[in-house]
Amino acid sequence: MESSEAVYKAIKEAGIDFVVSLPCVNLGKVMELVDCDENIIHVPVTREEEGFGICAGAFFGGKKPAILMQNSGLGNSVNVLASLYELYKIPILIIMSHRGTEGEFMSAQIPMGKATPGVLDALNIAYLNPKTPEEALELIPQAWRLSEMGEAPVGILLEITFWKN
Amino acid sequence: MERIEAIKEVAESLNDELVICNIGFPSRELYAVKDSPTHFYMLGSMGMSSSIGLGLAMSGKRKVVAFDGDGSVLMNMGTLVTIFSQSPQNFILVVFDNQCYGSTGSQCTYTTKIDLLKVAKSIGFKNTFVFEEEVNFKEALDAEGPVFVHIKVKPGNANVPVIDMEPEEIKERFMEEVKKGS
Repeated sequence: MESSEAVYKAIKEAGIDFVVSLPCVNLGKVMELVDCDENIIHVPVTREEEGFGICAGAFFGGKKPAILMQNSGLGNSVNVLASLYELYKIPILIIMSHRGTEGEFMSAQIPMGKATPGVLDALNIAYLNPKTPEEALELIPQAWRLSEMGEAPVGILLEITFWKN
Repeated sequence: MERIEAIKEVAESLNDELVICNIGFPSRELYAVKDSPTHFYMLGSMGMSSSIGLGLAMSGKRKVVAFDGDGSVLMNMGTLVTIFSQSPQNFILVVFDNQCYGSTGSQCTYTTKIDLLKVAKSIGFKNTFVFEEEVNFKEALDAEGPVFVHIKVKPGNANVPVIDMEPEEIKERFMEEVKKGS
């Protein structure tokens, strides 16, 4: 199975029905699949922090929310993750294209790429790192269950090599 | 008018509507004048009231009113574009504009130089209201959303206590209320 298709299927399997997104070159196809799905509300946003706010509201409204973003957006979202998500115990699936990893062609992506796991650790956000489409199919629904039960965000880091599949 | 009076006017005209209330003194003032399970009080994440309100409005049919401030809107202005583009009919954004960061010592904001109502209109908001001397919130409640309400208030905070509820208690009570109405 192809990587984008696997991520989309895994989102469906998890029961996610509300997705906000900011594009990354690697997430383009997943975003298209989500956008065409009548059972998912898809909201393109202007900045990741805003996306987290919208998803918190959607969760209050009974939805199962996820954000699709590049890892750079994590830097834009540190405060909302701490002083909204951690404070009130709100779940969300954070699906990140992890740039600045092995195979990166753009040196500008390296600093935030390297900082990403440390930022997640500092926020006490658990994350999983599927390496293949098969692993994504298995781990993404598990990650949502973990998020819902633990009432906390869970991250999915999809490195550059993942998207070569 | 004082902000707490404006908050009271709006809160008293609400019944079944869900309210997301901005961090700091606005939440404390709302809690002091009227508490309800329909209220979600923000204790952090400045700037997010409008966005939380948008996500909530898009997830159901019930009317949602987000209480915001000038400093907070300036911090998250992009979301005005998202609100307009998604255009939920059941969403009202109310900006209590005191031209300052009231909860941190009343430092001036740039709404001393720019008009947020003009910003909202230029984005495309069709139903906009501005109130200064008195607040006729019923008009805004009857209008089709998304509605932008600009309420000009004096700087300063009322002498009201902090909210004596735990964050989880605020969330759980609110979510129970949301569930009831859906």
